[in-house]
Amino acid sequence: MTVSDAPKIVTRHLGNPESWRLRAYLAADGYQGLRKALTMTREEVHEQVNTANLLGRGGAGFEAGRKWSMLRKSEPVYLVVNGDESEPATFKDHMLLENDPHQIIEGTLITAYAVRAARAFIYVRGEFALGLERMTEALNEAYAHGAVGHDIFGSGWSIDVVIHPGAGAYICGDETGLLESLEGKRGFPRIKPPFFPAAFGLYNAPTVVNNVETMSNIPWIVQHGGADFAALGAGRSTGTRIFSVSGHVKQPGNFEVEMVRTTFRDLLYAPVYGGGIRGDRQLKAFIPGGASSYWLGPDKLDVPLDQDEVGKNGTMLGSGSVVAMSEDVCMVRAAWRITRFFRAESCGQCTPCREGAGWLEKVLRRIEEGQGREADLDLLLDVCDNIAPGLTWPPRQTTICPLGPSIPSSIVSAVRMFRDEFLVHIKEGACPYGR
Amino acid sequence: MARLTPDNTQRARDLIALYPQARSALIPILHVAQEQDGYLAEDAMVHVGELLGLTPAEVRGTATFYDMLFTEPIGRHLISVCTNIACLLNGGDELLEHAEAVLGVSAGGTTSDGEFTLEEVECIALCGNAPCLAVNWRFFGNVTDDRFDSLVDDLRAGRLSDTVPPHGMLCRVRRSVGLTAAGPAGSEHHVQSGGKEKQA
Repeated sequence: MTVSDAPKIVTRHLGNPESWRLRAYLAADGYQGLRKALTMTREEVHEQVNTANLLGRGGAGFEAGRKWSMLRKSEPVYLVVNGDESEPATFKDHMLLENDPHQIIEGTLITAYAVRAARAFIYVRGEFALGLERMTEALNEAYAHGAVGHDIFGSGWSIDVVIHPGAGAYICGDETGLLESLEGKRGFPRIKPPFFPAAFGLYNAPTVVNNVETMSNIPWIVQHGGADFAALGAGRSTGTRIFSVSGHVKQPGNFEVEMVRTTFRDLLYAPVYGGGIRGDRQLKAFIPGGASSYWLGPDKLDVPLDQDEVGKNGTMLGSGSVVAMSEDVCMVRAAWRITRFFRAESCGQCTPCREGAGWLEKVLRRIEEGQGREADLDLLLDVCDNIAPGLTWPPRQTTICPLGPSIPSSIVSAVRMFRDEFLVHIKEGACPYGR
Repeated sequence: MARLTPDNTQRARDLIALYPQARSALIPILHVAQEQDGYLAEDAMVHVGELLGLTPAEVRGTATFYDMLFTEPIGRHLISVCTNIACLLNGGDELLEHAEAVLGVSAGGTTSDGEFTLEEVECIALCGNAPCLAVNWRFFGNVTDDRFDSLVDDLRAGRLSDTVPPHGMLCRVRRSVGLTAAGPAGSEHHVQSGGKEKQA
């Protein structure tokens, strides 16, 4: 097991107990990236981000620079920062919003400059009360400092930033659901095409939607150059990334690690990261990229944290959240709980998702509660197949947004990997783990 | 419970001024209304609609989509216990059962003294400190049964009133400035189109 000595980028300020204050941020070269960007042309800033090959840190992993290139030629352009982190087991943006708000604001400003945004909105998950307070306080400080608003740092460039609170809905993490929510409506995702945000986004204007962690990388990239960022990691997976490690590890937490040169085994077992499985139990399976991702077994621990490599293994890095499940976990219960989540959060627009999630949750519940039938295993897979035909990776989509096709991931993983465990529940008429 | 107070009406107007289209201020203003009354009172929603040019049905339609917005009164303290995957693996279900026993209500219920509403919630992004909960969206991690009991005692005795405001009070920091990009004399509703061009 090796631990890469790559520098910390997005979490580099977090050692300071007052990292969220302007004073601390300025002492750590804060807003120098913005100052530098304002001496560059917009195209030069954009080029640095292209060179960095920064992949979006929200879940879909799309190249940020390419997203900026796809804007429909029309005015105004808006920038919307997605801080609606709600993917189960993901807790990195929560940490960044509370502890490094200025870095998010600086990245937002640089991006707004590069894409010629008329205004920037930072959508913060409503539940993050402290995050909202810290972001608002930081924005007030940034205005007073001359970093936001009229004639920023005397450059002649001006822009306003608005912190916008959500109100509790997973679906608003989907970029088009988020835009509906930002327009004051129910968070119903929009159909693509035509509603790709870059073409028809906020108020139907061309809009860039980027994640909070993505924004947090921008100041460093501008200061140090895209090439320095791209020198970390390998292939398309460049730089460092925060992974949220939870479940049955000894030391759960957020760890910023170098892409590709770090493996799942490092994340779960290295003494500086997860530190191994609690009680020195065996690892039974792990979720590699949030509740929407297919699970992996211990045989895949040496897969590197490389977006494409993980994709080849039939799943995704997603939102960067890794959940370790020890041998003591009932996999029926785990899959049931995740399915219950999707049932609760389905917005209800599309039949396969709205009805499918409910049916699947009921079938999993009856298996867990000892009322299952052997035919239920085929039934589960059949319903899943109706939501995401073929049960392939990446999933085929029968719904407006990716929430629907995410439902099968945990169920299909559990049934394929732990079929016997389902059968024991059914034959014994009870959960062998005693709940 | 009533329409927005004059102070809150002004806050609503200040929020509307931040957006190119007024309706975008709906959810932020609903948080103000919930802060005022602890929930979204009918009259307040009607008033919010008047301020935004929306029908009461449009306001209610948005409000009822979101888990944090309540259209009926709830307890002074909303205790939200997470049972999603990371908490499940660390005793979240057991914590919820304990909370139900201590408070004497099932998830979704409110204690008869109006002090606590208990709810089971989806992941609240504190998975490194599972099992976790929030009280009026102030977060508590690594919650044992004992820690839960003393938390409830402290809340009842008002010992946490500095850190845990009453339900509805979400963000205690207010934006200090309106829009300034258009310059000191500029119209607040004018959308900036990008400032001075660099030599490109």
